[in-house]
Amino acid sequence: MIKRYISLFALAFGLMLGAAAVIAQESPALPAAGNNLRDVASLRRGAHIFFNYCVGCHSLKYMRYERIADDLGLTEDDVMNNLNFTGAKFGDPVISHMPADDAQKFFGKAPPDLSLEVSAKGADWVFAYLNSFYLDPKSPIGWNNTVLPNAAMPFPLWELQGVQVPVMAPAKPGDDPQIEKLSLLHPGTLTPEQYQQAARDVTNFLEYVSEPAALQRRSYGIWVVLFLLGFTFLAYLLKKEYWKDVH
Amino acid sequence: MANVFSNIGEWVTDRAPGLMPVYRKHMTEYYAPKNFNIWYYFGSLALLVLVNQIVTGIFLTMNYDPSASGAFDSVQYIMRDVEWGWLIRYMHTTGASLFFVVIYLHMFRGIIYGSYQKPRELVWLLGMLIFLVLMAEAFMGYVLPWGNMSFWGAKVIVSLFGTIPVIGKDLVEWIMGDFLPADATLNRFFALHVIALPLVLLLLVVLHLAALHEVGSNNPDGVDVKHGPKGNRWDPTKPADGIPFHPYYTVKDLVGVGLFLAIAAFIIFFQPTFGGWFLEHDNSIPANNLVTPAQIKPVWYFTAFYAIVRMIPSALGTAVWGVLGMFGAIVLLFLMPWIDAGKVRSIRYRGTGFKVALTLFVLAFFGLMLIGTDSTAELIPMFFGANVDVTAIENLFGRVMVLIYFGFFVFLWLYTHLGWEKTKPVPERVTTHD
Repeated sequence: MIKRYISLFALAFGLMLGAAAVIAQESPALPAAGNNLRDVASLRRGAHIFFNYCVGCHSLKYMRYERIADDLGLTEDDVMNNLNFTGAKFGDPVISHMPADDAQKFFGKAPPDLSLEVSAKGADWVFAYLNSFYLDPKSPIGWNNTVLPNAAMPFPLWELQGVQVPVMAPAKPGDDPQIEKLSLLHPGTLTPEQYQQAARDVTNFLEYVSEPAALQRRSYGIWVVLFLLGFTFLAYLLKKEYWKDVH
Repeated sequence: MANVFSNIGEWVTDRAPGLMPVYRKHMTEYYAPKNFNIWYYFGSLALLVLVNQIVTGIFLTMNYDPSASGAFDSVQYIMRDVEWGWLIRYMHTTGASLFFVVIYLHMFRGIIYGSYQKPRELVWLLGMLIFLVLMAEAFMGYVLPWGNMSFWGAKVIVSLFGTIPVIGKDLVEWIMGDFLPADATLNRFFALHVIALPLVLLLLVVLHLAALHEVGSNNPDGVDVKHGPKGNRWDPTKPADGIPFHPYYTVKDLVGVGLFLAIAAFIIFFQPTFGGWFLEHDNSIPANNLVTPAQIKPVWYFTAFYAIVRMIPSALGTAVWGVLGMFGAIVLLFLMPWIDAGKVRSIRYRGTGFKVALTLFVLAFFGLMLIGTDSTAELIPMFFGANVDVTAIENLFGRVMVLIYFGFFVFLWLYTHLGWEKTKPVPERVTTHD
């Protein structure tokens, strides 16, 4: 009997691992972001970049400054002096100062709220997007993106990454030339490796923002599962005791 | 203290003498066959998930706002600002998917051991009604977060009614209360999801159990313990191969409950979206009637039936056939007790034809799920190369799967009504008796 439970258990967790493998392979076309929610230093760096470069246009309307301070181990002063530049209160959500009507006029499309960006698109997508801006004289804003072609967004991190230009693949006659890769025309203030890490940090921060509870649920989870497995074992012993006289 | 309890017990029994007999009839003196195997956990697990859905659902309604302008925000409010709100919501969303896992396994158990055969037709019919109501309940619950998939899923599913000739278009407007899924739709789906359908569901569950306890449980051998020898340790007139449901099966089900909860907790705490299968990525975008998601598909548990709609082509100027096919696929399950006239119940003693047909049926069900989840769009180029006509292969594959699905019922009718089935001898008593 106990063998049966063990095999059921193995089967269930095998399925779970299989599912995890499927999850890992979800977007094979994009390189893995490789971010880690448990890396608090990375989350702080990501927040720093977000509030210096992104919040001018993008809100995080479901995220409160106070919650960021709590989850990232920052003090109220840290957040109010280094992250909050809009004069919002500590308990307020992160709302960009750019009026939506103006944004519509500037870019043709209001910059989306990024509270749930990673939930909707995935961390790999956000990471790749931040790595894929290039100079495009044909675009009205001068920038384009290989992950989201014709994105209406100018590239605010250019001073960090530098300026990329496309390298075209040789096109077959009659076909439009396709971009093969992007190459760095002018280096930025960061080396390519440093910029990768910066993009990873922003991605990490946005993943945290899309589900702040993720930090808690993982730390509780292991204890809940262990408790339930212990309970199952005790229940099994109890069952065995009761069933001794059933043949 | 024990004295106080027994006094209260006496006090109640004096005033409601009918209560203890009911308890005994359904628990301590309900004699269930003693050879239940692993397949018999899923009934009690379904009850557990139902209770979970109701309790977590009550807490969700305390903070959910059933309006088109507030629904999406209120879900994020629950996820971020409500104490333990994320846990309550993940218990509800994971519970919804696991409900279908458990129910599908429970139904499959009924099919492999012939639990729908005489005299348990009523138990099966009530169970199928539960399945039907559960599908409506799940669909409406899926619309409530008012994400973009909620919106487009609601639009597509409600549009299915639009294929009905003559009244279709008016019917769709009547269901939605608007020309598109909108505030009115969300309000009524909320009402149906949190009160109307749960009440129906609870009533049906009570009837399902009452009907079961009238005829007694089937078992993996498919033999009737009631017709076997009489007399067990507890009662000389009761089946020798029966044991009291309480405490024997209550402690046994406790083991199943523990393991099930451990698996559920693993999902809730570590993988609550289940890679986009339980909570879909596109539903993190608020409902938007101007932006259609790249692919509109229902949640995984509806995909087999949804694939049937997609695979059956329009004919005679109407697309109603696909919808009829989808409902037909469920109606045929209702009719199982009359389609299958097998002489034996359990797959252990049934003919090879039944085993082969059932295997194909299960494979067809999974095949249809591959189509409904759009996995075929990725798998076909993987197996046949990037340059093939994916739609043509998908249609061919899907239509074969639809034929197998319906063919199962046709075959089973012929196989059992024309006496083609060669069964093995059924033992007199359950195989594990002493």
